[in-house]
Amino acid sequence: MKNKIKGKTYVVGDSIDTDVIIPARYLTTDKPAELAAHCMEDLDRDFRKKIKKGDIIVAGENFGCGSSREHAPIAIKASGISAVVAKSFARIFFRNAINIGLPVFVSEARNGTKTGDLIEINVSAGEIKNLSGKKTYKTQPFPAFLKKIISAGGLLKSLKK
Amino acid sequence: MNYIENILASASGLRSVRAGSFVEAKCDVILMNDITGPLAVKQFLSAGRKIKNPKSVVIVCDHFTPNKDIKSAENVKFLRDFAKKYKVNFYESPTGVEHVVLPEKGIVTSGDVVIGADSHTCTYGAIGAFATGVGSTDVTYAMLTGKIWFKIPEVFEFEYDGKRGKFVTGKDLILYTIGKIGVNGANYMAMKFSGSVISQLPMDERFTMCNMAIEAGGKAGFVVPDEKTRKYIEGRGKRKSRFFKDGESFKKMKINVTGLDPVVAVPHRPDKIRRARDMNRVKIDQAVIGSCTNGRISDFAQAAKILKGSKVKRGIRAIILPGSQKVYQQALEKGYIEIFLKSGCIIAPATCGPCLGGHMGVLANEEVAVSTTNRNFVGRMGATGSRVYLASPYVAAASAVAGRIISPEQL
Ligand code: SF4
Repeated sequence: MKNKIKGKTYVVGDSIDTDVIIPARYLTTDKPAELAAHCMEDLDRDFRKKIKKGDIIVAGENFGCGSSREHAPIAIKASGISAVVAKSFARIFFRNAINIGLPVFVSEARNGTKTGDLIEINVSAGEIKNLSGKKTYKTQPFPAFLKKIISAGGLLKSLKK
Repeated sequence: MNYIENILASASGLRSVRAGSFVEAKCDVILMNDITGPLAVKQFLSAGRKIKNPKSVVIVCDHFTPNKDIKSAENVKFLRDFAKKYKVNFYESPTGVEHVVLPEKGIVTSGDVVIGADSHTCTYGAIGAFATGVGSTDVTYAMLTGKIWFKIPEVFEFEYDGKRGKFVTGKDLILYTIGKIGVNGANYMAMKFSGSVISQLPMDERFTMCNMAIEAGGKAGFVVPDEKTRKYIEGRGKRKSRFFKDGESFKKMKINVTGLDPVVAVPHRPDKIRRARDMNRVKIDQAVIGSCTNGRISDFAQAAKILKGSKVKRGIRAIILPGSQKVYQQALEKGYIEIFLKSGCIIAPATCGPCLGGHMGVLANEEVAVSTTNRNFVGRMGATGSRVYLASPYVAAASAVAGRIISPEQL
């Protein structure tokens, strides 16, 4: 993972579930590009048009609740989203994101951040700066166990080492 | 140590563990389905290694089966060929839905550590397994190593006492509980169900409750094995069952069920709970009775009780969705299928189908369903503008007759 991740934000609410991230009707494929084409469409038809490569999703509580489909973080990653920052994550989504190498951060950044703000995540410092709003937030540190997986670039890569 | 800590200590070869610590535990069963399986298997194949323990790997093709289109047929064929070559357990139609099939066949038993690339893997806590949903990559990792990492969850205990009403089922108890604590009220925790009401609760309804632990964010749900559990397990599987000691829970909530009414979860969250009797303004287009939540024989006994001698209201599709072929057979022998046919129901094969808006019984925009499944998120059962109300088999069957959501006493 890069130490600094900078991008424009796309802000969503609480309990964004895996059925809106990628509806089950598209789950006959696991090709990232095909999944990305339908990412978030039940929440926002124009999600794909609105976001640009490198954008960061900033969410409230319980992001990714619902199904265990890894297609959800894959769809987000393949849409070009560079990281997801949420007040909290549903457990399986969090695990899947780490496993496939989608950067995820637990932080209160949703408070005071609006869609389109420019933010910068400093991974090692555990800090998120809202460059538009001039506010700084802390991120929750990862336990040592997870750091190993993250620095390897995902679960299977950690095994190869 | 409590029940969960005891299982996970044993599976990780440690004498003692505590909630919060990280362990690598041996998996007794590694499950995947026709959605999550192809991804896990492709990753496995590209690693170019052997499966650590092929006997522990179970593939159940249930979501889009009997195959709904060419893509899903290709996925199932891919998994079928893989299973044959690598000698892993493989099931497809007509077997049924994974979380009904695994306990029924004794593939999962008490004391097991189970991971499944399906979030409702938590169902098996009803027979005393530590069972939790993970993603495809975790399954690949476990196929390669036989193990998986866990953070040991804290136990959140729910103790149910009082007198349960005639039409109040395990489904009502779990919906009510999720309503109380919210969709992330048990995030990262194991939900333990206890108390006199649970001791008396039939196994099928314990499955229903554990099935929905994930809807409160739970990592697992469980009931500490008792006589009922032992009786259920007996004679099913080949592997040895293990019974662990229990201890203190991290957190506890007492729930008195006296006076509780049948409830529904209204769109679009499983924690938006209302009394079924207050919902009769809501007209429905479809009722679904079955799935891994409520697709076992006593669920159909409840539905049959309501539908016997009654007719499904004209224009409403009432879909009976058996959890497994075996349940279907039992329902036939007990005469329920005939009751359903006479009342005008559609009898589906044992599949996930409508539960996830996959196939058979997909909703159009503006359409409303009452369903005994476990999720009512936006678009879950079809079009983005459709709406799903979650309920027990009693409520779903009564609503199918009335054409709007009602409580069975109102029929
Ligand atoms: S019946 Fe529904 S909830 Fe259960 S495994 Fe199938 S899709 Fe998932």
